[in-house]
Amino acid sequence: MGIEQKLGNMGIVTLKLEQVINWSRANAMWPMLFGLACCAIEMMSAQAAHFDMSRFGMELMRASPRQSDLMIVAGRVSRKMAPVLRRLYDQMPDPKWVISMGDCASCGGVFNNYAIVQGVDEIVPVDVYVAGCPPRPEALIHGIITLHEKVKGETLKDWA
Amino acid sequence: MSEDHLNKAIHTLKERFGLREAEIQKYPPALLVPAEQVIAVCQTLNDEFGFNFLSDLTASDYYPEQEPRFHAVYNLYSHEHNTRICLRVPLNGDSPTLPTVEVIYYNANWHERELYDMFGFDITGHSDLRRILMPADWEGHPLRKDYPLGYEEPQFTFNYDDIDRRKHKARYEEA
Amino acid sequence: MSETYEVTLEELKHLVSERALSGETVLLNMGPQHPSTHGVLRLLLELDGEVIVNCVPDIGFLHTGIEKNMEAKTYEKAAVMTDRLDYLNTIGNVLAYSLAIERLAELDVPPRAQAIRVILVELQRIASHLVWLGTHALDLAAMSVFLYCFREREAILDILEMCSGQRMMTTFFRPGGLWRDVPADFELAVRRFLRSFPARIDMYHALLTKNPIFMDRTRNIGRINAEDAIRWGLTGPSLRGSGPSNDIRKTQPYSGYEQYDFEVPTGTNGDVYDRYLVRMEELRQSLRIIQQALDMLPVGPVRSNNRKYVPPPRAELGTSMEAVIHHFKLWTEGFELPKGAIYSPVESPRGELGVYLESDGGPFPQRVHWRTPSFVHLQALPVLSKGHLVADLVGIIGSVDIVLGDADR
Repeated sequence: MGIEQKLGNMGIVTLKLEQVINWSRANAMWPMLFGLACCAIEMMSAQAAHFDMSRFGMELMRASPRQSDLMIVAGRVSRKMAPVLRRLYDQMPDPKWVISMGDCASCGGVFNNYAIVQGVDEIVPVDVYVAGCPPRPEALIHGIITLHEKVKGETLKDWA
Repeated sequence: MSEDHLNKAIHTLKERFGLREAEIQKYPPALLVPAEQVIAVCQTLNDEFGFNFLSDLTASDYYPEQEPRFHAVYNLYSHEHNTRICLRVPLNGDSPTLPTVEVIYYNANWHERELYDMFGFDITGHSDLRRILMPADWEGHPLRKDYPLGYEEPQFTFNYDDIDRRKHKARYEEA
Repeated sequence: MSETYEVTLEELKHLVSERALSGETVLLNMGPQHPSTHGVLRLLLELDGEVIVNCVPDIGFLHTGIEKNMEAKTYEKAAVMTDRLDYLNTIGNVLAYSLAIERLAELDVPPRAQAIRVILVELQRIASHLVWLGTHALDLAAMSVFLYCFREREAILDILEMCSGQRMMTTFFRPGGLWRDVPADFELAVRRFLRSFPARIDMYHALLTKNPIFMDRTRNIGRINAEDAIRWGLTGPSLRGSGPSNDIRKTQPYSGYEQYDFEVPTGTNGDVYDRYLVRMEELRQSLRIIQQALDMLPVGPVRSNNRKYVPPPRAELGTSMEAVIHHFKLWTEGFELPKGAIYSPVESPRGELGVYLESDGGPFPQRVHWRTPSFVHLQALPVLSKGHLVADLVGIIGSVDIVLGDADR
């Protein structure tokens, strides 16, 4: 109903370029499979049938960083894993976003000790933090929608 | 039946190797074994008494007590008799040596690697002594009592800027 | 932190065969980030074409320092960290820890608490086996089973959330019993689950058990005989697939398991298919146990009365001075266990989960060591996978059912 009215006789829609690009980026964001620990199980639950993430465009989780644009760091990052995380982040092509899921990825969580990186933002720049231990699948989806709104608000000046 | 078997095993070991019971252990019953006799005791238990399964091999650090500094703890289980027995090995010094039992119980391999990694034990005769849980270039042995926990101060309002200055935050351009 | 440490071939020379050094076989890294390794596990594979000659697991990418961290917290606070070890068997870990404390302190647990513990632990066992089945089948390319398993798991997580408020990391068991009594519709929810679940197990069997692709990918893969399995330290369903019917719930029962009548399924061949059948049968046996426990659920208190370890109810604080003193001691310093050491094993869905707890008489543990099944089972992976193809390795890892939080602690 909506778009046919705008099309008019010639079948042309006028929009800002930013809107089209942001809309297409947000609605087809492919997450990379980066589940580390307990939050990964809630991420898998969010992907499964009960709390479907595919309705937000994330039908497949790509294992390869070259083919994904969203990295959901789900779980605690240990000191041994930190260089691997950075290397995977560097291998992702632009544009890329990072969601830090759970308390351990956001700030170190329950584990304040020698082995865990206290917050994954020491290693990669994070766009959205989702709190919880582990966050409910609905909380993760809320985080993803927040990220979508952030993406939809990006302007040409950011990319130039 | 398993009680008798266990008592018989303990009695034989006490006589043959001159071991004492370790009162600290509540369950399973434990014997104090000097480090040199570990392999012989394990071989006896495996061959004659059917303790064919190594449940657990771990250690405990009693710093600042130096005598003994560590206790290595072997938990053995016998499938056919359904009994457990424990061997405690007192060890001293900064990098104590412990012979390997991986020829008798194959799964002791990684347990001993973990002892090397976490406590700094020098396991003699081990086929592959490398760090297992920490990164390969890590210095120090984390589970010792004189190793710090690595606790990071939480940011409150009074020290917020202080910690913020020191904390490393990644930026996009860093490669 | 910005520089990575390169592990050179020099250091690993003793692990790979001669053919790798001459370049005849390929060294392939199945890295820490991989869809089929069930977590952050790194495998260094030595391949002759597609056939695995040797496989060297490298763990530690999820090492959390839980054991050292538990030494810095009081016993009650350290219980929070126990859930996060084996994150598919969260409430089983808390059970192992609480049992160790209760055995060391000789604390009594009322029968109602024991029965509810059994119900929740068996539900958690079903939930863990469902994740195992979903991910194992997903690795072997049966994606719909993954979605079905997670749907059933939602029902179980709803029950856990009804009791404790949290889906996964509940910390519902405390030393002395439970945190609080279960709500009124607990029994209704569990009975509804018991009614609906057997049909679902039949559905999984219909999808997988006689499926020719599944059978081709799992029969005669990853065989191990009983004696080798015991030597390599396998326990739980991975051992029972090879023959021995050793189950800690039967051999050294805890928390009232001796009252319930259930069987321990075993296999004969010791291959991936038999381990799959053993775990599927365990789902049915868990349902039997829950049914019996729910039918004979006693009424009574859910936590011990020993005020040295268990805080008094808040209603008592207004009237009794001793209650105030106990409350104060427990909230400021925490309880102290008598000096001693204990090794307390339970049967987790993966195998023998043991807690070695040593106390020096103070409020902090002197040493907490977790004997986790995944750590020990990963050592057997080279033995299980020698001579198989890389595609079979995925099935073998799935059948051993490792959880890296368990292995790395």
